[in-house]
Amino acid sequence: MPVDEVVQQARRDLAPVPRVPGAPKADALLVADGVRRSFGGVNAVDVEHLEVQRHVITALIGPNGAGKTTFFNLMTGFDKPDAGRWDFDGTSLAGVTASRVAKTGMVRTFQLTKALARMTVLDNMRLGARSQPGEGLFTALVKPLWAPREREITDKAMSLLERFKLDTKKDDFAGELSGGQRKLLEMARALMSDPTLVMLDEPMAGVNPALTQSLLGHITDLRDTGTTVLFVEHDMHMVRHISDWVVVMAQGRVVAEGPPSEVMADQAVIDAYLGAHHDMDLGDDALLDEGGVIDAEADAEAAAEVPTPTEEKAP
Amino acid sequence: MDFGQLATNVLTEMLGPTAIAYALAAIGLNIHFGLTGLINMGQAGFMLLGAYGFAISTIQGAPVWLAFLVAVAAAVVFALLLGLPTLKLRGDYLAIVTIAAAEIVRMIGRSTALTEVTGGAEGLTGNSFKATFQDASPFPDDRWTLGPITLATNASNSWWLRIVGWGLVLLACLFVWRLVRSPWGRVLKGIREDEDAVRALGKNVYGYKLQALVLGGIFGALGGVVFVLASSVQADSLGRPVTFNTWTILLLGGAATVLGPVLGSLLFWAALVFVRGFLRGVIPPDTLSVQQIEQIGWVLVGLTLMALIVFRPQGILGDKKELAINAR
Repeated sequence: MPVDEVVQQARRDLAPVPRVPGAPKADALLVADGVRRSFGGVNAVDVEHLEVQRHVITALIGPNGAGKTTFFNLMTGFDKPDAGRWDFDGTSLAGVTASRVAKTGMVRTFQLTKALARMTVLDNMRLGARSQPGEGLFTALVKPLWAPREREITDKAMSLLERFKLDTKKDDFAGELSGGQRKLLEMARALMSDPTLVMLDEPMAGVNPALTQSLLGHITDLRDTGTTVLFVEHDMHMVRHISDWVVVMAQGRVVAEGPPSEVMADQAVIDAYLGAHHDMDLGDDALLDEGGVIDAEADAEAAAEVPTPTEEKAP
Repeated sequence: MDFGQLATNVLTEMLGPTAIAYALAAIGLNIHFGLTGLINMGQAGFMLLGAYGFAISTIQGAPVWLAFLVAVAAAVVFALLLGLPTLKLRGDYLAIVTIAAAEIVRMIGRSTALTEVTGGAEGLTGNSFKATFQDASPFPDDRWTLGPITLATNASNSWWLRIVGWGLVLLACLFVWRLVRSPWGRVLKGIREDEDAVRALGKNVYGYKLQALVLGGIFGALGGVVFVLASSVQADSLGRPVTFNTWTILLLGGAATVLGPVLGSLLFWAALVFVRGFLRGVIPPDTLSVQQIEQIGWVLVGLTLMALIVFRPQGILGDKKELAINAR
């Protein structure tokens, strides 16, 4: 089946999926079960069940401190959960080291870009490649053993750099690139190994608006060439343009999931994400009056919160 | 004063076993720090272990090739002992562990309990372990003159030791040159820049760091062997100052360059001998004694190096552009 049909099929599969947290998907690539991580009593991540559909773009959104990046770290082996298991493409990855996770085809990028500053752009790219025999200490000494593979890698790196419009920078140090270009480089580098799933941690953070559009284009390109994408983003409006499915996290839990338009209309999401007063004009002096709307609502909320809900006491 | 004699002394020291030993140790340290970003503060420990490995196995009757192998093996075991528990932690821990471990080696070496094996604080005299190495020389016992330098062909501080030593340095440089330009070296550089990024690309960072630590340690051990073949094995002659001198040499020549450690070692020893010789020549002995001049030599070399680090922080062969980029 051609790639675009596969993508269409995967999107159609999403249509009947119930809009509830932890909904089962027809063709799940990543399945997490009971993944929990606490930092000194605070449940940073407490995901009961989450499935990520293959061949689509899934966005993971939520307010600051919702546990999105921690969840990424857990999935990719950069952090260890207190409990839980997760399968990637049918194999369990619980307790697997970060480098092995990457080898199985789940490659991530970082929120704070990790371009290898004092290496050239081309060397950054080459480092992303797999099965280069010259990366062994003894084979490295005999150039003929790794030179052919090195040529393949370089060709591939150059074609990716062209796609990301970085080919003219190939001999510059990565540290000399602008913030947005580093994001592009990191994404391109992740693609060197032909990953099944690319996990992008805030790909848009710190990128100027002019570059945002092309970054979004690159992300949809990824999906359209058969790569599954899971990305963390802060900005709901950015997410709406490109994602096929949105998972909302708040306080470590998955609170909602569904197609972007429906999720964003969900009142619970809006409250959790933007706060109940997001559409109120704080410049309105009337609000500041003693006994105004905000005070009244705050009093009501405080009154409602006194008996702590039992579910929050659970570990 | 006799400038001809001074120049001869400088040249002799520059090409001598001490400079060779430090060049080898600095090449090893360059693999640790320049390529991989590991901060090894115990290179002298590797040198001392190499020296003990060579000397003790020779005294026990091992042939010269086996003695070299024992020296290398000692460094490998030491590197694994240090690296296995610490390389998973942040870089600072390795620095602490290595400086402590090097001191432990030195303390054990000079302890009275082991006097029969290591010679204790007295050490092992050169004559007790040099014979096999000198017998391996293809040259007749003689004294040869090359330019202004006249030395014995085989005995102790000899042409033979210099030839083998510089041969080792040459091989080490070729080895490092090949590795730096290989995919293996690329992974190490990536680890130096940001190990999490390299991990995210599917490389076993821990394994690579361990390989680098072992490899650099082996060069340290070989340096230690050359060092003691010119004199004797004495624990205190391979203590902390040796580690710090090695670091100075590496930074002087330029970290992460292939020839930097060698150039650094040549210049370091040339400068030290020159300053001492010059001061001895121009300052009358009743103003400053020979010992005082010795100390002032170190002070002046230190000042020169400080100036160098201030005005040329990348070292002599380093790439200024590379250093200017903030690594993170």
